[in-house]
Amino acid sequence: MNREVVIKTDKLTKKFGDFIAASEITFEVFKGEIFGFLGANGAGKTTAMKMLIGISKPSYGKAQIAGFDVYKQTEQIKKNIGYMSQKFSLYEDLTIKENINLFGGIYGLSGKQIETKSNELIIKLNLYKEADKLVGSLPLGWKQKLAFSIAILHEPKIVFLDEPTGGVDPITRRQFWDMIYEAAHNGITVFVTTHYMDEAEYCDRVSIMVDGVIKALDSPAELKKQFNAISMDDVFLRLARGAQRGD
Amino acid sequence: MKAVELENIVKTYPTKKTTVTAVNDVSFSVEEGELFGLIGPDGAGKTSIFRILTTLLLADKGEAKVLGYNVVKDYKAIRDIVGYMPGRFSLYQDLTVEENLEFFATIFNTTIQENYNLVADIYKQLEPFKTRRAGKLSGGMKQKLALSCALIHKPKILFLDEPTTGVDPVSRREFWEMLKRLKAQGITILVSTPYMDEAKLCDRIALMQDGKIMTIDTPGNIVRQFGRNLFSVHSENMFTLLNDLRAFPQTESCFAFGENHHLTLTEESMAELEEYLLVRGHKNAAINKIEPGIEDCFMQLMKSPSQPFPNEMAF
Amino acid sequence: MKQLITFIKKEFHHILRDKRSMLVLIGLPVIQLLIFGFAITNEVRNTNIAILDNAKDEATQNIITRIESSQYFDIDRTLKTNQQIEKAFKTGRIKVAIVFQQNFQNELVHTNKAQLQIIADATDPNQATTLTNYISTIVMDYQSELNQQNNLPYTIKTEMRMLYNPQLKGAYTSVPGVMGMILLLISAMMTSIAIVKEKELGTMEILLVSPMKPWLVIISKVIPYFIISLINVATILILSVFVLGLPIQGSLLLLIGSTILYIFCALSLGLLISTVTDTQQAAMLISLLGLMFPVVMLSGYAFPIANMPLVLQVLSNFVPAKWYIIIVKGVMIKGIDITQIWKELLILLMMTAIFLTISVKRFKIRL
Repeated sequence: MNREVVIKTDKLTKKFGDFIAASEITFEVFKGEIFGFLGANGAGKTTAMKMLIGISKPSYGKAQIAGFDVYKQTEQIKKNIGYMSQKFSLYEDLTIKENINLFGGIYGLSGKQIETKSNELIIKLNLYKEADKLVGSLPLGWKQKLAFSIAILHEPKIVFLDEPTGGVDPITRRQFWDMIYEAAHNGITVFVTTHYMDEAEYCDRVSIMVDGVIKALDSPAELKKQFNAISMDDVFLRLARGAQRGD
Repeated sequence: MKAVELENIVKTYPTKKTTVTAVNDVSFSVEEGELFGLIGPDGAGKTSIFRILTTLLLADKGEAKVLGYNVVKDYKAIRDIVGYMPGRFSLYQDLTVEENLEFFATIFNTTIQENYNLVADIYKQLEPFKTRRAGKLSGGMKQKLALSCALIHKPKILFLDEPTTGVDPVSRREFWEMLKRLKAQGITILVSTPYMDEAKLCDRIALMQDGKIMTIDTPGNIVRQFGRNLFSVHSENMFTLLNDLRAFPQTESCFAFGENHHLTLTEESMAELEEYLLVRGHKNAAINKIEPGIEDCFMQLMKSPSQPFPNEMAF
Repeated sequence: MKQLITFIKKEFHHILRDKRSMLVLIGLPVIQLLIFGFAITNEVRNTNIAILDNAKDEATQNIITRIESSQYFDIDRTLKTNQQIEKAFKTGRIKVAIVFQQNFQNELVHTNKAQLQIIADATDPNQATTLTNYISTIVMDYQSELNQQNNLPYTIKTEMRMLYNPQLKGAYTSVPGVMGMILLLISAMMTSIAIVKEKELGTMEILLVSPMKPWLVIISKVIPYFIISLINVATILILSVFVLGLPIQGSLLLLIGSTILYIFCALSLGLLISTVTDTQQAAMLISLLGLMFPVVMLSGYAFPIANMPLVLQVLSNFVPAKWYIIIVKGVMIKGIDITQIWKELLILLMMTAIFLTISVKRFKIRL
C-alpha cells in the first residue's frame, strides 16, 4: 500500500475556556485509506474534525492536511478536501444538475469541467431521468450517494464524511460503501466520523475517542483481538463505559 | 386478548404529484407481554403504523385494535393506557429534567411518587441532573428521560418509535437492558428500529420495506429460513475482491460486510472459487462458511431495492 | 384542575425562561407608546412658523411676541401676501402659518371681535392638531388677559385651516392604535406560536396520546398570554395617563371590559392560526402579514379609513382592531358610554365567536 501521509496531527488540542474538548490528538492517515473516527456524542469528534477541515483554530498542537498547515493555510485545505454530512449536504430545492453546477462552481471547476463531470456522474449513478428533478423529491439513499459523488466531484485528496449513512436500507448502504471503497481505491483518503460501530468495521483503521482523548487506534481486526471482543460494538463499549463526559 | 392487532391496514399520503403509500396492506398481531420489533429503514412505514396504533393517524383502510379497543372509536380509552415515545425525543428543552417528568405525570393524572418504582431504575441515573434543562442533556440522557416520561403513568403497552436512533452504542445497550427489565414487569413493548443488530434482542420481529412486511417471526426462525449457505470472504484488497466476487459466474449475491464480504452462491463449487480468486491475484483469500444475521436475511428478502442502481455498479 | 395548573405553570416556565421573548412581550408596548407619545411632544418644540400680519398694530404685535417667546415656535419668515402662504408651505420649512385680518386691533376694540387664521400642514395630523391647539391657547390667554384688564367681552376668533388633510382622521394620540396593535400581536401571534411550537417539537404527539383533553391544552396555552396582555394593558394605560398626560375620560371599567373582549378576540384568532399552520415560522409569517399589516393599514390607526378606496373601506370592517380602536377612542378620549359603542362591542363579540367556532372545529384530535 502507498504510505504517503495525507493527514498528520501532533498533539492537536482545542480548549474552550477550562474545558478541553480535544486533548493532544496525534495520528496519521495515509493516502487511499478509509479511516474511521469514532466516539460517543460529546467525545470531541466534531471539535477535532472542525480543526482538521480548517474551520476551527486549534488551541495548540500541529496538524497538516494534504500537506497544508491548519493554522495558516486553511484556504488551501478547503480546496483540497471534500465534505459531506448527514445533516447538510445538498440543496433540496435545487435539481440534481443545479446542485452539481453549484458545488462544481464553489470548488472552482470550469464550466466545461463541470459539464463533463456532471454527465459522468449522471451516467454513473443512472440518474438520466431524474437529472432535472428536485433533490428533495429523491429517496434518502439516492441523496446520500449523490451527495458523496458531489463531495468528490473536484477530486479532493481527502473526503470527510460526517455520520454519512443513517436510516437507509441495508442494500443501499452497501452501495454507498461500494462507492467509498472505489474512491479509496482511486487514491482519495476517506475520513469517516460515526458512532455506528458496524460502520467502523468497513474502515481500514479506526480511532476511538473517549472524553477528548484518542483511546485506541488500529485496524478493526487488531482492536477486536486486543480487547478480546467479537465486534467493534464490544470494543467501543469497553472503552466508552468509563467515559465521564456526554453519554 | 391480543395486545395489538392490525388487519389490512393501508395508509397513503397525498403529495403534489402522486400519493405515497406509507403502509401497504399490513396485518400482524402482538401478544401481551411480548417485546416486538418493527425493523426497517426510513420510509418503511414504521412511524405511520405507530401513529395509527396510538390513535394519532387514521388509516385509509383496515382495522386496528389495541388491547381490544378500536383505534378509531375507542381512541380515548387507548390514550389512557398506552405510553408513547415519538421518533424525536419529544421533551420540553427549556424545562428541567424534573419538571418534564412532573409535567408528564400530571397530564396523565398521576404523580412521580405514585409510580416511582416503575421508573426508578432509569430515573436514578438522571437524578443527579434533575435541575438541568432537558436541552442541555446528551442524547443518551434525553432518551432515558423520554422513556421515563412515557412510563410514568404505568402504561400497559409501550410504543417506542426509533428510540435508539442517533444514540451512541453505550446508551443503546443500556436502553435495551432497560426494555428487558420492563418486559419482565409484564409491559407489552412495540419498538421500531433501523438497526438490524437490535433485531435479535426482540421476541419477534417484522422486517419492513416500502410499507410492506417482508416477514414476521422470531429472529431465530428468520435466520433459519435463510435457506442457503453464507460465506465470508476476506483478502488483502477488499475493493477488487468485491468486484471479482460479483463477476464470479456462480455468485448469487455479494455484499460488503465490514471486514469481510458476504457471499451466497448458486452452485457451491468452492475449489473453483478458490482457483478463480487466486487467478485474480487474491493470494490469501479466506473463505469461511458463517451463520447469517438478520441483515443478511433482510437483504435477501428485499426483492428489488428502491434504487435504480444495478447491483453491480460499473466502476 | 391540577392538570390545568401544572400546564399553565409549564407555559410560564417557557415564557419566563426565554429572556428575549420576555423582553419583547413586556418591553415592546412601553417602547412603542413612548416613541409615539414623545415623538409628538418633541417635534412641537421650536417649530418654524410664518406670519402674515395684515394689521401690524399693537394687538397683533403683542400676540406675535407671545407666540415667539413660547418655547414651541420660531418665526421663520414674515409674509406679505396671501399668495406667499402656499409657497411658504411648499418649501417644507414651516408647519404653521398665522394670518391676522386687517385692522385687527380696531375691530377688536370697536366690534369686540377680531379674527385670525391658523393654517397648519396636516400631512401629520397629530402634529398639526397639537400645533394649532398650542397657538389657540396662546391667543386665548391673551384674550382673557385683555378681558380682565378692560372688563369687556373681547373675542378673538381663531379660524383653523388644515392643509393637505382637512379631515384630520387619526388626529388623536396613538394610544388606541398602540393598544389595538400590541394586544393583537401578543395575544394572537404569541399564542399561535406557542401552540405550533408543540407541534414542531413533537410534544403535541405525546399530549394527544394522553388523557389530557385537547381543550385543556388550549386553555392552558391561552391563559398565560391573557395574563401578559392584561399586564400590557395596565402598563399602557398607566404610561398614557401619567407620562403622556392623556386622561381617561370615560369609564375605566368599560374600557377594561371591552379590552378583555378584544383580547379574547385576538386569542381566538391566534388559535385559528395555530390550527392552519405546522411551523413556528409559518405562524409568525401569517400573524405578521395577516394581522399586523391590516391592523396598521386598515384599522384607521395610521391612515384614515374615510380616505381609502371603497374596497379597502369594506375590507377594514373585517379587521377587529378597527372596532376596538373606535371603542378606545370613544371611551378614553371622548368619554362616551356603552350606549354609544354597543354596536362595536357586538361586532367584536361576534368575531370572537366565529373565530372560536372555526378553530374548535378545525382543532385536530389526531395528527
